[in-house]
Amino acid sequence: MNSTLAILAILDGISYAALVFLVSVGLSLIFGVLRVVNVAHGSLYAFGAYLAATFSLAIAPISPWLTYPALLAASIVIGIVCGGFIERFLLRPLSGQEDVLQLLITFAAFMIMDNLQRLIWGVQPIFAAEPLRLLPNVAVFGVSYTSYQVILLPGVALATLFGLRYFLRRTLSGAVILAVTEDREASTAIGIDAKRVYFVTFVIGASLAALGGALASPTTSLVPGMGADMIVLSFAVAATAGLGQIEGTALTALMIGLTRAFVIYLQPEFEVLVPYLLMVLVLLVRPFGLFGAVQVRKI
Amino acid sequence: MQFLKAAVVAGLVVAAFPGTSLAQSKPSELKIGITTFLSGPASVFGVPAKAAAEMIAEDLNKKGGIGGVPVKLSFIDEGAGGEALVSNYRRVVQDEKVDATFASISSGSCTQLVPVAEDLKVMNFMWDCGAASILETKKYRYNFRTQANGTPEMLAVLLYLLKTKPDFKTIAVVNQDYAWGRESWEIFSTALKAMKPDVQVVAELFPKFGAPDYSTEVSRLLALRPDVVLTTSWGGDLDTLVRQAGQRGLLQQSTFVLGIGESSIQRLGKDLPEGLIVGARGDHWFLHPEKKNDAAFKAFNEAFKAKTGAWPIYPVYHMAQAFKALQTAYDKAIKSNGGNWPTREQVVDATAGTEFATGFGRPITLRPEDNQGLEAQLVGVTKSVPGYDFKLLDNIMIFDPKTITNPAGVRSVEWLKTLKPDFVKMDVPTFKAQ
Repeated sequence: MNSTLAILAILDGISYAALVFLVSVGLSLIFGVLRVVNVAHGSLYAFGAYLAATFSLAIAPISPWLTYPALLAASIVIGIVCGGFIERFLLRPLSGQEDVLQLLITFAAFMIMDNLQRLIWGVQPIFAAEPLRLLPNVAVFGVSYTSYQVILLPGVALATLFGLRYFLRRTLSGAVILAVTEDREASTAIGIDAKRVYFVTFVIGASLAALGGALASPTTSLVPGMGADMIVLSFAVAATAGLGQIEGTALTALMIGLTRAFVIYLQPEFEVLVPYLLMVLVLLVRPFGLFGAVQVRKI
Repeated sequence: MQFLKAAVVAGLVVAAFPGTSLAQSKPSELKIGITTFLSGPASVFGVPAKAAAEMIAEDLNKKGGIGGVPVKLSFIDEGAGGEALVSNYRRVVQDEKVDATFASISSGSCTQLVPVAEDLKVMNFMWDCGAASILETKKYRYNFRTQANGTPEMLAVLLYLLKTKPDFKTIAVVNQDYAWGRESWEIFSTALKAMKPDVQVVAELFPKFGAPDYSTEVSRLLALRPDVVLTTSWGGDLDTLVRQAGQRGLLQQSTFVLGIGESSIQRLGKDLPEGLIVGARGDHWFLHPEKKNDAAFKAFNEAFKAKTGAWPIYPVYHMAQAFKALQTAYDKAIKSNGGNWPTREQVVDATAGTEFATGFGRPITLRPEDNQGLEAQLVGVTKSVPGYDFKLLDNIMIFDPKTITNPAGVRSVEWLKTLKPDFVKMDVPTFKAQ
């Protein structure tokens, strides 16, 4: 493989990693704070994509540039409405119960949302490429890329990474979330409303899943079952990174993206294996993930 | 004595009408169990097919049903997974006591259900699954395929390519990584090697089924610059691949062959450029050159468009073929049973070797040696035509099924290996779009 092909593979890898990161980081954030493995995350991704396409197709005739705010609006609406509903009415009543119940209830939510998706949007693939068409293509060594793919997606992923870091480590709200994550009892004792923190965090995590879907919608066909595929991949990323690790999620997404791209260039038959092979290799050496730490069990 | 007299009279009456004792009483309805994808990505095929089945059954019942008996449909979701599918199939056959089944879309489902149908002695029509091997490895009594299979479907597309773009030197493939993606490439590449051995295969890409992103594959193909890119993908995967390839100029750089692309044409709309070779998985197209002026054909297409919002795609016609085959078989069995309602076994006997005309394409024969349907294959190239917001097929060729289907008893791949370069020179009629 010459250096030209290597650069092409790196560009492809970064673009793929950006999308994977956006979805996985929401899952990781929710687990980090609420200790909930949210299986419905895949449905939130799919709903984000479908609603973004609906908004985008509706607004494009007025002005194509309005499709960008439409993508963002769809993510927020799904985050608040669906994410908020799941946290408030499905997870909160189970607070203090066995963890497996949360897993089951989010799985049930996933199944219900999967059916709802077909009921609302049907089964025929939907495509809304307007946002992508607005941006010009760029040529790298004679190979054409869309700016959306190599500039916008990685840009949004970086902004999300640094935005989340800043929010959690430099703002009061972020400090409150971290306090609840570290010790719920103590933070409640000093007057923090832990229920509210859980709600807000879940909504942010859900919005990130929906944002991943919304940003994917101009590049991919929206089909039944798209959420199931994404949930498997984001679990692999989050587990490899160490559950709840934001920087770890970014690094793992990048590793998966780059390895996948190089594998497609060199040994394409192994493409499907990449995320899972990486996961196995990492977890064999570090069972708590790349960035995860061994937890001290409280008695 | 009274009793003896009565018995003698009764015996004489029965003897005078030999058919009476064999005649089945006409049922109040003819039950058909249909497996189709109602969930998952393949529901892009399964749901239109279900709509077609309901439409056809309604129309059939308005006309008095099959042999004067109305049909009643039960649907089973193929998307529910293997075990659920088999147990639901058994339930429909044994509890609902269906008279015939149409199973299935997926070759995986067919592989599971065909032996079950045989065990249960229920007549089954493989109405859409394409794996040639199912009927090549074993002889069945109760299973029939009412359409072609992957071998003639892929061979027709390859022949079209060789006839219209004979000078290509390199080819790459991007297929979904599952049974159909792999098998269709095996058929295509085996035939290609036999008829044009100098072609170099520069990339064999099998992205995951349902993959949302093909940008790496597109980059690699842009860098490799193959003369021809083949894909036998379908549904959302094909739409995504075509759009991502189009956005980055790959569709203009290489000749694209969409092996079963007919079902995506309407959805892709203006994103599908001109000059792409498209296969139809059989002899059907809503503007079929030999049928487009036929009133019944037009009425069916328009009714389907009114019901679903889209023109029929190939699974719709495959569903219609299964219904027509069933109707023809029953009519034949009733006729040979002296106008009486036939037994199940009589219907099965009548189905073998049946020729039926759907009115949507050329007639289809169920080859008696292996119960494989011999169906013509329609292939064309995309073209813009005023009045349509999607591309139509132009320079359509319709291939004769007898020429491009492997003989009964010979495995597809073995037969494809025997093809010679001269095979391409066969005469095939070509039709213009308008």
